Amino acid sequence: MPRIWVFGNDVNTDQMVPGRYAPYMLGANDDVRRYAFIEARPDFAPNVQTGDLIIAGPNFGCGSSREYAPLALKRCGVGAIIAPLFARIFFRNALNLGIPCFTADIREQVADGDLVDFDLAAGLITNNGSQIQLPPPEGWMREVWAEGGIVPFYRRHGRFPATGA
Amino acid sequence: MGQTFAEQILGHASGRSDVQAGDMVVVNVDLVMMHDSLSPSIIETLHNELGAERVWDRDKVAVVIDHVAPAATVRQAEQQQHVRRWVAQQGISHLFDVGRGISHPVLIEEGLVQPGMLVVGSDSHSTGYGAAAAFGSGMGTTDIALALATGQTWFRVPETVRVNAVGNFQPGVSVKDFGLWAARTLRADGATYQSVEWHGVDFLSWRERMTLATLSIEVGAKAGIVAPTGLGSEHPVPAWLRVEHDANYSRVVECDLSTLEPQVSVPHYVDNVVDLAELGRVAVDVVYLGTCTNGHYEDMAAAASILKGRRLAPNLRMIVVPASSESLHRAASDGTLATLIAAGATIGTPGCGACIGRHMGVLAPHEVCVFTGNRNFRGRMGSPGANIYLASPEVAAATAITGYITHPRNVLQSTEQAVFA
Repeated sequence: MPRIWVFGNDVNTDQMVPGRYAPYMLGANDDVRRYAFIEARPDFAPNVQTGDLIIAGPNFGCGSSREYAPLALKRCGVGAIIAPLFARIFFRNALNLGIPCFTADIREQVADGDLVDFDLAAGLITNNGSQIQLPPPEGWMREVWAEGGIVPFYRRHGRFPATGA
Repeated sequence: MGQTFAEQILGHASGRSDVQAGDMVVVNVDLVMMHDSLSPSIIETLHNELGAERVWDRDKVAVVIDHVAPAATVRQAEQQQHVRRWVAQQGISHLFDVGRGISHPVLIEEGLVQPGMLVVGSDSHSTGYGAAAAFGSGMGTTDIALALATGQTWFRVPETVRVNAVGNFQPGVSVKDFGLWAARTLRADGATYQSVEWHGVDFLSWRERMTLATLSIEVGAKAGIVAPTGLGSEHPVPAWLRVEHDANYSRVVECDLSTLEPQVSVPHYVDNVVDLAELGRVAVDVVYLGTCTNGHYEDMAAAASILKGRRLAPNLRMIVVPASSESLHRAASDGTLATLIAAGATIGTPGCGACIGRHMGVLAPHEVCVFTGNRNFRGRMGSPGANIYLASPEVAAATAITGYITHPRNVLQSTEQAVFA
């Protein structure tokens, strides 16, 4: 079952992967996955499992445009991120990488370490019997998720999401 | 209904004159900026994932080696070598190598960014191009690779927060204090998904305007555009770009600069701003003057005017990293640099320096730094145990003299007393 990882407000991309652990700074065969929240939450990278969910406060992903921050979360297998407000560059990078982000505040309904069921297509979290319905994302976001990110989306459709051209 | 700068520029770039906040648009980009830190991944995505062989227009791409310049490790040196070879192989016209400086001021100095342009860069502080009234926006690896392949990107046309200034600064107070005031007022997510317009600062040079434009991302903005009025003749404003007084703003805030006091952003969030006078005695180990926000000639000159004839406090280091070689050259030519060095400061290679915690002055646990840059996030400049206070070059210089965070007025007054004694 997916585990809930709860984070606070204004989590910036320096906290996700400090600039000192950028791929530019690492050995050629090192994986940025190892450095997800290495200082802000050292128990995250060694324990996170594929499909786990990040629940956070507002302004998640503020700061630097570094795509290796959401890339590290993707390589950790994060199944979705749910926060009341996402910083825009992070939101766009996550969409491009195919990481589902839901804009909702569910911090009162889950606790760190909870094991839940998560139905991505329905946007439904089931936590110890109680159901949390996430607001439906824009249709074009689902289209990008379905393709696995913006690159396969663009290669297939020859256009940007939410645009006719 | 009039249009905001963002609506005008995105309308122009999309070929649709009537765009409004909320519209989705595909735009032609005028310039793509990529830097050493992310270029290897952008090149990889461009060729190996998107399958593009060449960039769409070799004259509209600028590659800047600024994030770790010069290289600190063999691995970085190899990656920079790889980027230089790629630039040559693609025939890209604009490469700015080690020492030329930080992308944002450099591309304006080079005349590559002009009012009304649409510029995307692989760096969140690409909002800085708003100093020259361009729509500059930061993006990640994949978006930049897509822009390189297609010459296009897509945006939701943002709503706009308008920040008005009235009056002018008291001695010892400067544009950084205004920018931090805005972060304090709007908060870190106050302009998320929006653009910011800065008005009432016609008296500022474009370099000083860059302080405001780069700080726009610190309130979440997609772009931060300073009104093009008062720009010099080297930045001609297209006829279609103008202040339209019936434009629609989501919020308007106003600052009386004449009553503004020095502002300090306290660890570990940029919007955690207080009046300097509210701080107790904060002892400082390092004063760091640099970055795209406040590492320009004007910033070095402001610091030098306070440090002239004085020495750094004992046990304090002052590191100056000019934002560009042009700023460095000017400071070297008029004695500004000599003043800083005589006071005990040291000078680094123009570039991003320690702003990203990678080289040229990273911090140890428990060290306290007064930083003229734009982020005081935990661990930003090195150890997560360090404390970073954001402030103006004037506060940085006054602090360098006393060893604790100091109002420039206190140092300036003691100078006057010495003169009249």
